[in-house]
Amino acid sequence: MIEFFNDYIVSALVLGSIYALGAIGISMIYAILRFAHFAHGDFLTLGAYLALEQIYLLGIHPVFAIPLAMVLTAIIAVGIDKAFYRPFRKSRPIIMVIASFGVALMLRACFQLFWGVDDFYYWGIQPPMEMFEPFLIGAKHLYIAGAVIILISATHYLLAYTRTGKAMRAMSDDPDLARVTGIPTERVVVWTWIVGASLAAAAGVLLGMDTRVKFDMGWNLLLPMFAAAILGGLGRPYGAIAGGMVIGGLEEISTLVIPGDYKSAVAFGVMVLVLIFRPQGIFKGRVL
Amino acid sequence: MTLLTAQGMTGGYGGMDILHNVELAVDTGEIVVIVGPNGAGKSTAMKAIFGLVHLREGSVVFDGKDITNSQPDRLVSIGLGYVPQERNIFPNLSVHENLEMGAYIRRDDIAPALERVYTLFPPLVEKRKQAAGELSGGQRQMVAFGRALMTDPKVLLLDEPTAGLSPLFMDEIFDRIIAVNETGVGILMVEQNARQALELADRGYVLATGENRYIDTGPNLLADREVVESFLGGGGGNVNNDAGSTGPQGDRDD
Repeated sequence: MIEFFNDYIVSALVLGSIYALGAIGISMIYAILRFAHFAHGDFLTLGAYLALEQIYLLGIHPVFAIPLAMVLTAIIAVGIDKAFYRPFRKSRPIIMVIASFGVALMLRACFQLFWGVDDFYYWGIQPPMEMFEPFLIGAKHLYIAGAVIILISATHYLLAYTRTGKAMRAMSDDPDLARVTGIPTERVVVWTWIVGASLAAAAGVLLGMDTRVKFDMGWNLLLPMFAAAILGGLGRPYGAIAGGMVIGGLEEISTLVIPGDYKSAVAFGVMVLVLIFRPQGIFKGRVL
Repeated sequence: MTLLTAQGMTGGYGGMDILHNVELAVDTGEIVVIVGPNGAGKSTAMKAIFGLVHLREGSVVFDGKDITNSQPDRLVSIGLGYVPQERNIFPNLSVHENLEMGAYIRRDDIAPALERVYTLFPPLVEKRKQAAGELSGGQRQMVAFGRALMTDPKVLLLDEPTAGLSPLFMDEIFDRIIAVNETGVGILMVEQNARQALELADRGYVLATGENRYIDTGPNLLADREVVESFLGGGGGNVNNDAGSTGPQGDRDD
């Protein structure tokens, strides 16, 4: 039992929270802007590289590189929205999807141009050490858990108690009604990018802490993050968090029975099953 | 000059005109009803006032300001409220949050407005923390009205407020509309239950094929045989008996 916890539960929680942070943005952007944002994974990568620069230049611990990485990624995301998505706001959703695919390609090309194709590792990450005997939890996993708890609490506070957060939820419920209610929808859209992209950037840094930094690290997580958003119900931020934890957990635990190389098939399988049997997801979101 | 005046409204979705030279007016504290057969352009006329349908010609003036083809956030801020027919609440937000969203554009204290809505719609008080999507049809409609009342509008536009409600709730909603009106809010509503709505109306507009047909007080329209026969589906309370006998006569008179 303790072995199971050490080998599977810890990594399931870590992977699940990374998916959860990424899926919140995907879910909200889908509901508010009505398109599947294919470049979202690359926001994770962007955040990871922006943290890498801070760690190498300033010598700080990766966790303390998260805030600035979030801010810079949010600014770049708002800029990308202005330049590449806003002109298509009134077009059919598929046009936006293709545009986001183009942005994803551009971002990855930029990563390769600036940082090459090799793996990077953050400094200041200790190897796993024994804590809370007999449980074995790595120090980096404690940092990740702390960061996730702070980020999810902040997101909850924003969505449940602030005027802007409530407007985001209102708009993801019904953008047309939000408009006739007098909510300035373009401003809410900007906030959606800020929240979605900054959480994705944080997820990227955490993923970099857990594994490594590479130009395609975020792109490779796009499928499980979409699976998490769909499982939780598109437009339901709390659903996205739950969906992320479930997908992350299932992927890790699946390695008990199938080879680890195939674990991403689990996310795909769950997504297909959800789309067939409960397309609105657990929390009754929008149907894809 | 009346508070809200729409003149010569001509326009529609895309290239096709649905409205042809339509006029509508609402004065302070009035109840004005738009009736007419399906496809007459009733809802379209209301949406055109609220800037949701593009007007090619004509003008809409509210409180002395030209609001032709204006954006909703501007209209809400100057005192016009709009309640769509369907999807008029945020289902995953609580009742209270729905009302708060109604007041999004306000920067001042919204407590008096909340108080007023809860006084007008007492059933909402105990449901305030519940998700609006879980309420009954009649209560959802109260949330929708309440949301639109949060900005203290001078005129409220209601698109078929009783559509899809059982007769019991229908009377309840009409009572609430009167109560809202008695607080000084002008009402412009599109209504399928034409007879019941016209009984309340200071003025009624009969639209057909996107044009004004009749404009008169509610009681006068209900007393007009031609209007009743052509647009209200027969005369009097016993619709079935009268429709058969007087309908053909009406046709001959034309």
